[in-house]
Amino acid sequence: MNDKMFEKANELSVQQVDVYTDTRDLLAHARVNARRRGFQDWFICDVDAHHVETVHWHEIIEYIEDPVIREQALMYQKERIGAPPYGLNGDLGLRYQDVGGRIPHQSGQREKTEPGVHRDVTLTRRAMESLGVDVMVVFPTPMLFLGLHPQPEMEVWLGRAYNRWLIERILSADDRIKTMIYLPFNSPDEAVRMVEEFGDAPGVIGFCITSTRHKAVHHNDYMKLYAMIEERGKPLSFHAGYHWQDPSLATVNRFLGMHALGFAWCNIVHMTNWVLNGIPERFPKLKSIWIESGLAWVPFLMQRLDDQYLMRSSEAPHLKRLPSEYMREHCWYTTQPMETHNKKALANTLEMINAETQLLYASDWPHFDFDLPQEISDLPFLSEQAKRNILGLNAARIFGLDTTLRKSL
Amino acid sequence: MAEYLVCGVDDIPEPGHRVVQCGEAEIGVFRFGGEFHAWHNSCAHRQGPVCQGRLYHRVVEPLANDGTVRMLAHDPERLHIVCPWHGYEFDVVTGQSPGDGSLKLRRVELRVQDGEIYAVL
Repeated sequence: MNDKMFEKANELSVQQVDVYTDTRDLLAHARVNARRRGFQDWFICDVDAHHVETVHWHEIIEYIEDPVIREQALMYQKERIGAPPYGLNGDLGLRYQDVGGRIPHQSGQREKTEPGVHRDVTLTRRAMESLGVDVMVVFPTPMLFLGLHPQPEMEVWLGRAYNRWLIERILSADDRIKTMIYLPFNSPDEAVRMVEEFGDAPGVIGFCITSTRHKAVHHNDYMKLYAMIEERGKPLSFHAGYHWQDPSLATVNRFLGMHALGFAWCNIVHMTNWVLNGIPERFPKLKSIWIESGLAWVPFLMQRLDDQYLMRSSEAPHLKRLPSEYMREHCWYTTQPMETHNKKALANTLEMINAETQLLYASDWPHFDFDLPQEISDLPFLSEQAKRNILGLNAARIFGLDTTLRKSL
Repeated sequence: MAEYLVCGVDDIPEPGHRVVQCGEAEIGVFRFGGEFHAWHNSCAHRQGPVCQGRLYHRVVEPLANDGTVRMLAHDPERLHIVCPWHGYEFDVVTGQSPGDGSLKLRRVELRVQDGEIYAVL
């Protein structure tokens, strides 16, 4: 063949993605897509992304307030072999999110980072740069199980240590990184203390209850906490998680089934208690955000509660309107993992939850079911204003964020 | 139409793949069952870098005559490329998703001549 008739193809530098692949290489297509969609001119806030706090557990335990427990944790981390990070409960070896290595970024991010900048700051910046995000709200990962810990004290010790570490080591390094601080909800007085101590720290834009726990959100013990958060004007979020030991999931043998149900189920239960006990009536200015349960559960629960409520309204005497109205006007929802395969159902869902004002974009990066901003901007049935609201302006409004564009695509 | 020299046929193991840039296009060339197939490196789901994923044989769960199951197995006749973003799988021969036949990768024509693989774009 005449060599003038063809060009030589160039081999891509990354032939096969693995846990060592740089986030910017892995998400290179996302960045191209963001540029093509003109996201440079859109304020985009990612309300739910994650870091793996256990990578730096040795740093976090240094922040444990109790000197005896701190010493115990330090010695455990130093000398114990074959054990998970100090004090954490959870599902240990039941984390199959990477589907046998098919989705490496879920297993680990072992890419190189620059010295002098905290690894989690670097990884978060790389994700923001690639996704086209201006502000990213980060949450922990294994600590999402901490609400099930047999020692309520451990949730306080570790939750407080994590908050301090996050504020001092991560948030202070970059004002584009925000968080909703971890509340040790199993100990209401300590949750109040946490709000007082960290609620006004730079980068703290709200408060987080991890939903995987068996606590009644309507218990009188929590009214002081809700009143305090309402007064501060910052949102309170319920961040979902899964829990395979939940008896209701005892027969589910596939990770995908357990994961699909578990992440919605915990928030379905809490929302039911939240609404039927009239928390939105008692604290009308308290903004609740329901995170990482997807969206399809919302219209299901709206319809279910409305129908049942009208037959048994005497059991929910605080309510002055339908449960769905509280869910639509007093609650906000993050998008991810947005159920997109049935566009007609999705359009109906977004209409029912009043997405134009109540919906907040979230990526959940770096988890296996992460969503890109384009999933909102590509929807054919939303106005451009609705898309801009969902991708950032709704978040700016409820968190009081500066909408100056900070990214560089 | 433009042709791009990808590599020699012996440069791709059996089974295996190579991902290259041809002008503006990224493509993955796959070798399986003695044949070559090429697909655009853009996942039918979210345009992720599907061809830069890992290869797995299709997972099956053989049924016994009485309808029971005992273990999973790999189908040596079917090879999947798995998008590293979200795990969407595609048959490297047909380009189809096993779960939704309407989800397909975009094929790139190949020409093999004198031990070299050319992509036609």
